Amino acid sequence: MKIKLKIWRQEDSKSKGRFVRYALDSITPEMSFLEMLDVLNEQLISSGDIPVAFDHDCREGICGTCSLFINGRAHGPDRLVTTCQLHMRRFNDGDTIVIEPFRSKAFPVIKDLVVDRSSFDRIQQSGGYISINTSGNTQDANAIAIPKADADRSFEAATCIGCGACVAACKNASAMLFVSAKVSQYALLPQGKVEAKNRVKNMVAQMDLEGFGNCSNTGACEIECPKGISLENIARMNREYLFG
Amino acid sequence: MALSGLFLVVFLLQHFIINFSSVVSPTTFNQWSHFMGYNVLVQFVLQPILIFGVVFHFVMGFVLEIQNRKSRRISYAQFKGNKNAPWVSRNMIWSGGVVLFFLILHFIDFWIPELNHKYIEGSMFHAELSDPSRYYSELVHKFESLLRVCVYVAAFVFLAMHIYHGFSSAFQSLGMKKKHKRSLLFFTQAFAIIIPLGFCFIALYHHLVSIHTIVPHA
Repeated sequence: MKIKLKIWRQEDSKSKGRFVRYALDSITPEMSFLEMLDVLNEQLISSGDIPVAFDHDCREGICGTCSLFINGRAHGPDRLVTTCQLHMRRFNDGDTIVIEPFRSKAFPVIKDLVVDRSSFDRIQQSGGYISINTSGNTQDANAIAIPKADADRSFEAATCIGCGACVAACKNASAMLFVSAKVSQYALLPQGKVEAKNRVKNMVAQMDLEGFGNCSNTGACEIECPKGISLENIARMNREYLFG
Repeated sequence: MALSGLFLVVFLLQHFIINFSSVVSPTTFNQWSHFMGYNVLVQFVLQPILIFGVVFHFVMGFVLEIQNRKSRRISYAQFKGNKNAPWVSRNMIWSGGVVLFFLILHFIDFWIPELNHKYIEGSMFHAELSDPSRYYSELVHKFESLLRVCVYVAAFVFLAMHIYHGFSSAFQSLGMKKKHKRSLLFFTQAFAIIIPLGFCFIALYHHLVSIHTIVPHA
């Protein structure tokens, strides 16, 4: 496959970025999207150029490290996949692929396609935890009976990998889906009830402080989320916030 | 936004019921309009609350839009918003802007003459100056103009789009439960189509009636 690339290059967080065009002609449909970028970087290194910086880690869709806004969509054109699970067979020979970093005031670009998503960590730190007794007499988890439906919904919320696609896809750069998933995974369980009131208030306050936009319920986040986190979580978080 | 939006939806329904009575019974329309226009509670308590609700909704809408635009300083070179969200949900500021423009026209067209009649000419305080049967003929007269009817219909198309997303969105913001989602979505979307369509019907009905009345039979 011959592929043309238009990639955002930015030396560091303070530099002004720009798009740079590249052409690749040895791409196979079986390659993953990140492998295609590896091929590009090998070419750039061998020709003495600086490789394109991009985030990646597990390359199996569970760590939430990879990002990339590909042809106008977070994680590319497929639903329920991260960028590392996207394959080149999804594109046609001769296509031009536009690759940008996730854009948000709260996700500043560090270099090229790498963005700083530590704002998510700070939101988690503000309330995304439960207090447990670690003094040696920890209660057996199975001692507290939890309805299966609640456990399932909590687990579904907990599958959020914190990749930031919800923010990237939202026209308002809102982080409501991420925060609501983190709030929900605890709100649905008895262990999470102790800090419930403070959790939602602190996490929403931190979200606002980080500069994320407001939710206008377009639903783009749910569609683009690689883990299929439901908008139902946002409604639950709103209930927790309003009536908690 | 959600609460002020729901309040305005309730007002819209009440406005529609009164306007629709003009099609069914001109006498009832006159009675209801006179009550709304001259009742002290409506004029000096409910009307200020309504004005506050309208202003609050629009100001908050613009404030949130500015905040949202600031949250993404550099725009995407390519952004396929149509792949994951409907047009109406992504363009609430534009549909709302058109509705605001229409409200300003409505204010100039209807409200200022009413204020003039009530408070300058003094019919609010002198019952002999008020005519309880003037409303129906004034309404029909307003809709004689085809231009006014076209502007009216166009504004209600945008209002329909605004409510189509906004009404259900308000329930989501207030924490709508999953078990109510389908029925609320059906209700809000049906409301968003039927009520604006009803307003358009009223305008077209009176326009056609006025043409029929003005043009003499051959």
